[in-house]
Amino acid sequence: MIQVQDVTKLYGERRALGPVSFQVSAGDVVGFLGLNGAGKSTALRILACDLLPSSGEVRIDGKDIVDQALDVRTLVGFLPDRPPLYPEMTVAEYLRFVACLRGVPAAHAGERADEAARRTHVDRVAGAMIGSLSQGYAQRVGIAQAIVHRPRLLILDEPFTGLDPVQIIEMRALIRGFAREHTVLLSSHNLGEIREICDRILVIRAGALVAAGTEAELTAHMHGALRIEVTVRGSGATACASALRVAGVTGARVRAEREGLCDLEVDAGDDVREALCRDLVSAGLGVLRLDRAQRELEQAFMELSRGEGEAA
Amino acid sequence: MNAVGLIFRREMGAFLRSPIGYVIAATVLCIDGLLYNAFALGGRPRLSAEVMHDFFYFSSGTTMVAAIFLAMRLLAEERQMGTLVLLRTAPIRERDIVLGKFLSALCYLTLITVATLHLPLLVMVHGKVSWGHLFVGYSGLMLLGAAALAIGLLGSALAPNQLVAGVTGAGLLVLMLVLWLAARVADPPVRGLLEQLALHARHFAPFMDGVVHLRDVFYYLAVTFFFLVCSTKALEVRRWR
Repeated sequence: MIQVQDVTKLYGERRALGPVSFQVSAGDVVGFLGLNGAGKSTALRILACDLLPSSGEVRIDGKDIVDQALDVRTLVGFLPDRPPLYPEMTVAEYLRFVACLRGVPAAHAGERADEAARRTHVDRVAGAMIGSLSQGYAQRVGIAQAIVHRPRLLILDEPFTGLDPVQIIEMRALIRGFAREHTVLLSSHNLGEIREICDRILVIRAGALVAAGTEAELTAHMHGALRIEVTVRGSGATACASALRVAGVTGARVRAEREGLCDLEVDAGDDVREALCRDLVSAGLGVLRLDRAQRELEQAFMELSRGEGEAA
Repeated sequence: MNAVGLIFRREMGAFLRSPIGYVIAATVLCIDGLLYNAFALGGRPRLSAEVMHDFFYFSSGTTMVAAIFLAMRLLAEERQMGTLVLLRTAPIRERDIVLGKFLSALCYLTLITVATLHLPLLVMVHGKVSWGHLFVGYSGLMLLGAAALAIGLLGSALAPNQLVAGVTGAGLLVLMLVLWLAARVADPPVRGLLEQLALHARHFAPFMDGVVHLRDVFYYLAVTFFFLVCSTKALEVRRWR
C-alpha cells in the first residue's frame, strides 16, 4: 500500500526527516512512535500529500505522490494533529463540504456524510455548530472528515491528543474498527496507545527510522529476548526448573516470594507463553498471572527514542 | 459542483455568518456616507457630474481598504486555524483554492459596493444622474476592488497570520498606489512606466468621470491576474518548504 524509499525533508538547512525507507501493507494498522519533534508529523504530512519530500520517492497504491498527487489525495484521509474544522459550520454541513471537496459526487455527498457521522458517533450532534462541540466530539468530527470519502489509507496524527480516558478508550475502539476497511497509519508519543492499536510499530528518532516491527520484535531486537512475567502459587525453585525445561526459554529467575506465591522473570527467544503456562500447570503450580513484561516495550522505546547509549 | 464553486460557497457562508463580514460592510457604508455628505454634497453648489466624480473618488479609497480587510483573512485565517491542510490534502489544485476564495471576496465586496448605490441616487433629488456615468463609475470601483483584493490575497498567502497578512497586503497596495509619486522624480522612460503601473492615479481617473478606456480595463484585469498567479505560486511553493 505504501512504499517509502530514501525520503528526506529539509526545512531550509535543517533536516526534519530522513532518509527513511519503509513499506506498509494493505490492511495494516501501523504506529509511528517517537518523541515530540522526532519527525512523525513531517512523515505523515508527506504521506498525506500536504508536504512534498526534498528527495526520495513515495508511492501510495503504486501512485507517485509528486507526479500523481491528485490521484493519491483521493486515496488518503488525513487527520492532522489539530482537527481542521470550521467553527461556523454545522457538523452535517462540514462533512458534506469535505465529501464534495474530496471528490464524492454531490448526489452522494449527503449519504456519505451521514455514514461517516454514524461511524464516528457524531450523528447525534450533526446539527450543532462545530464551534460549540467539546474536544472529544471535535476530534471525532476530525476523524469523520478523514473517512467521509472512504479512503484506502487513513492517516491520523496524534488522534488521542486532548482526550479524556473514556474518550481515549472510545477512540481506540473506533480506530481498531477502521482496520477492517482501511490501512491505518497513526502517530503518537504515547506508547500505551500504540501498543493497544497497532500491528506494527515504526520508531522514529531525530528524523531517522531507528526500528520497525511488532512489539515483540522490537523488544527482542533491543534485549535479544522476550521477557515474560509470571506469578505462580508454589515454590520458586520448582517454577524456575519447570520454566527452564520449556523449549526457547533462555533464562528464568525468581524476583520475589511471599505467602506461598512466587514472582518469576522468564527470558525467551520467542513468544513461549502458551508452552510455559502448560508446563507450569503440569508441574503442579497454580498460574495466577502470565504476561509479557509491561516495562519491556517502554524500556525499548526509551532506548530507541533517546539513543541506546544515552538511555543506558 | 467543482472545487472553485465549493470553496466559493463555503467562503460566502463564512462572510455571511461571521461578524467580520458585517463589521467591514457597516464600516465601509458608514464612512462612504460620511465622506459623501461632508465632501461630495457639502460646500458650494456643484454640477451632478462633479458630485458623482467626488463620490467615486472617495468610494475608491473605501473600496480598497475594504478589499484589504476582506482579503487578509482568506488564506491566513485558514493557516492560523489549521484548516488550510484540509484544502491542501484534497484532490484540488492551488489555483482552485485561490480562485474560489478570490471570487467569494469579490462577490461580497460587490454586495457592499452596490449597497452604496443610494448615495449617488440622492443626486436625483436636485439634479440629474447619468446612468452611463453611474455604471462606468461602479465598474471602475469593481475593477479597482478586484485588483486590491488580489493584492491582499497575496499578502494572505505569504503571511503566517491575519495581522501580518493585512500589513503585507496594505504595504503592497500602498506601494502600487504611490508609484505615481516615484514617477515624478524619475526620468523618462522609467517615469512613463511608473505612471502606467500606478494603481489609481492614471487608470481610475477616467472612471470617475464616466469614461472607459479599454487600456484601463485591461490594466486592472492584468494586475488582478498577476497577483492571483503570485498567490497560487506562493501556496505551491509552501509545499516544498
